[in-house]
Amino acid sequence: MEIFKYKKPLNLMAQSKRFGLVSLTLLIISLGLIMTKGFNYGLDFAGGTLVQVHYKEKAPIQKVRDAISKVKEYESASVTYFGNDNEIIIRTKKSSKSLDKDMGDSMRELLKGTGDFEVRRVDIVGAKVGSELREKGLMAMLLSILGILIYVSFRFEWRFAIASVMALLHDVTIAMGAVVLFGIEVNLDTLAALLTILGYSLNDTIIVFDRIREGINTIKEPDLSKIIDESVTQTLSRTTLTSLTTFFVVLTLFLFGGEIIKGFSFTLLVGVVVGTYSSIFVASPILMLLGFSVSDYRLKAAEKAKREKEKEKMRAMYENGTI
Amino acid sequence: MKTLNYRVILFIFALIFGVVFSIPSLTQSEEGKKITLGLDLQGGLHMLLGIKSEVAIESRIKSMAATVKYIFDDEDIIFDELRMVDGEKITFELLDNDDVKKATELLKKELEGITLSQNGLKFSIEMTTEEMVRTKQNAISQAVDTIRTRLDSFGLAEPTVAKQGEDKILVEVPGIKTQADEQRIRELIARAAHLQLMAVDEDRIARISTMSVAEAKSFGDVILEDVNTPEKYLLRAIPVLDGSMLTDAKVGFDKNNQPVINFTLNGQGAKIFGDFTGKYVGKRMAVVLDNKVYSAPVINERIGGGRVQISGNFKLSEAHDLAIALRSGALLAPVYVMEKRSVGPSLGADNIKASMLALSLGFVLVVFFMILYYGMAGLVADIALIGNLFLILAIMSLFGATLTLPGMAGIVLTVGMAVDANVIINERIRELLHEGKSIGKAIEDGYNKAFTAILDANVTTLIAAVVLWAYGTGPLKGFALTMGIGILASMLTAIVGTHGIYQWLLPKIDKNKLGFWFGIKKEGKK
Repeated sequence: MEIFKYKKPLNLMAQSKRFGLVSLTLLIISLGLIMTKGFNYGLDFAGGTLVQVHYKEKAPIQKVRDAISKVKEYESASVTYFGNDNEIIIRTKKSSKSLDKDMGDSMRELLKGTGDFEVRRVDIVGAKVGSELREKGLMAMLLSILGILIYVSFRFEWRFAIASVMALLHDVTIAMGAVVLFGIEVNLDTLAALLTILGYSLNDTIIVFDRIREGINTIKEPDLSKIIDESVTQTLSRTTLTSLTTFFVVLTLFLFGGEIIKGFSFTLLVGVVVGTYSSIFVASPILMLLGFSVSDYRLKAAEKAKREKEKEKMRAMYENGTI
Repeated sequence: MKTLNYRVILFIFALIFGVVFSIPSLTQSEEGKKITLGLDLQGGLHMLLGIKSEVAIESRIKSMAATVKYIFDDEDIIFDELRMVDGEKITFELLDNDDVKKATELLKKELEGITLSQNGLKFSIEMTTEEMVRTKQNAISQAVDTIRTRLDSFGLAEPTVAKQGEDKILVEVPGIKTQADEQRIRELIARAAHLQLMAVDEDRIARISTMSVAEAKSFGDVILEDVNTPEKYLLRAIPVLDGSMLTDAKVGFDKNNQPVINFTLNGQGAKIFGDFTGKYVGKRMAVVLDNKVYSAPVINERIGGGRVQISGNFKLSEAHDLAIALRSGALLAPVYVMEKRSVGPSLGADNIKASMLALSLGFVLVVFFMILYYGMAGLVADIALIGNLFLILAIMSLFGATLTLPGMAGIVLTVGMAVDANVIINERIRELLHEGKSIGKAIEDGYNKAFTAILDANVTTLIAAVVLWAYGTGPLKGFALTMGIGILASMLTAIVGTHGIYQWLLPKIDKNKLGFWFGIKKEGKK
């Protein structure tokens, strides 16, 4: 089976302004959402207590609310269904420090009489740990971006590095925007998803850039936009196919992986789509914007090759005993 | 048929290695190294405990003050106003100028890690910064040891107790069945287990109902409550002896068949206890645990041998846990919860079920898609993918790594990304075939050209995985680990392995059946 067969390169770069506009709009909306609505920090980063209760029958959510609101501390607690009707989650912003009797234990006692239930999960995160985790998370993001920047500069050229990092910032920002828009709780696993998007989006961009790098040397064409068009077209089928397979598995994770992993897989789903889009329509135009010059690159490459040749010649001469 | 090339042999070895070493994990056999299931999958308790190390400092100061009093009394040095200030400083005043030299020398000899400052006859003792740090560190490592001993003697399977960072303790206990069990374990850990035998102040106890705490203090007494009833006791603040002189504690039964705890004192403790009971016949002595009075029997005669009993209407399980706590010794400083995550075993099982379903579905989808799209080339990629899965399991088994729920997600994701390498390669081969290259040439060139792209792409993903591994905690580390291993393993299976298979199959590949082999129709030459 073959879906992608192009006799002629697609005319993508000519359209780059249009894509730029789309991206810019999405970016502005995302940033706006992040700044106005803000992240819905979950337990991991905000601290608090989460108790998951499983009932043998449909969970009596109103009874639960009544039972726990008897204690003043839990007045602001939220009670919601989790995944199905038998499962509920009770959340509060408060956390307890005492080891021998914690909020989970006291909730268990309060819930007595609401039905046949089992407490299946109690998570307590102190405020201090929460802020520590947040700092670490931010640090991890910055460090990965830095590491990637260095690696791509080393393997390609600095403009490629900047373009790829800008593309991945684009992806992460839009994914964050989606997280805010849909009110997904931001926890450690959301952070893991964002870091995965970082790696994934870059993966896609690198494949395209690799082709462009190759194209610069093989395609007899001085115009970067033409080289990009041809390279992107050549990799289009790969980019789409891989995105599809990854999208499939993430989708199964989202649909069947259980409630607990929903935030993670949703973030990834957005990331896969945006990452694919950006590697085709965003990264390469940035490369052009940054003023990458094909002739300069070729000149440098030629010089480098020349130097190598000189060296080899010298070595050959040396070995032959002429020097 | 061409003989096997080194790539295929390498791949076959990797496959055998993968299968052999993942068998113990897959069958969950007793023997062999296997993957440990994370607490989110098998259920269990994960806690990060903080320690109130200032309490350790305070009690150190307290014992220093006791030493000062003891040696001054012993050497007939007259002093006044011995005080502890804010739990971090001791002050006192000497009354005789002639004692200054002797007192200074004695204190310097008996107390370590202090700075002694003098202003006329007024003295103050402070701990040095190094001594404070040492005391805090000591409190942490003692707490780690104590908690570990307690959990070990409780008879739990493989609990983890470790110091984390400078001042935190990580406790992980797998395999807890119910919330009530979990609470029991937490109570056991939290128990200070500070045992004291204290004399009842018989002269003043009659007035206890009207006495304030401050008044009691002025007599050198404390007021403590009974553990079961609201009854109060007036006790001498300086205990006769404490739990540090205890050698063993066991659960026993009294004549009413009620559980009690029998404990044995060491030589020094037995002597002090014997002397004390001999001197105070007819008076009462209280057994105090964690500042609650368990019993206060009247001393009938001198008790030698250092055997003491605690009774207090215990439930059997309570007596059992208490004996463990007493045997393991007291915590120098109390611990508190900074982070706790507990997952019930049924939720763990649900998590496994859900992620296994996602993994198998995702896997089947990808496998079918590859065959549908690439024909035999897709099948080759699928074989590599299976090899990749086994390799991930084998490597994790050998390291005894922990598989968490995010770790499962990492494997699912790897399935999606591992075929990526083969998609890149296959696309290249197709391109080259379209250009009219021979099959052998197309395969070799395809691999050569695809390699840099795959390498660069994988290294960048690996960078993200390594950072996540270094900065992540618990479950997240598991995600980074499986993804990292998956990427590395895919370099072997998806690049080297499939390349070898093609080279091995090359003589069989019919150039007229490219649709079957590579899923393409070749135009031009018909």
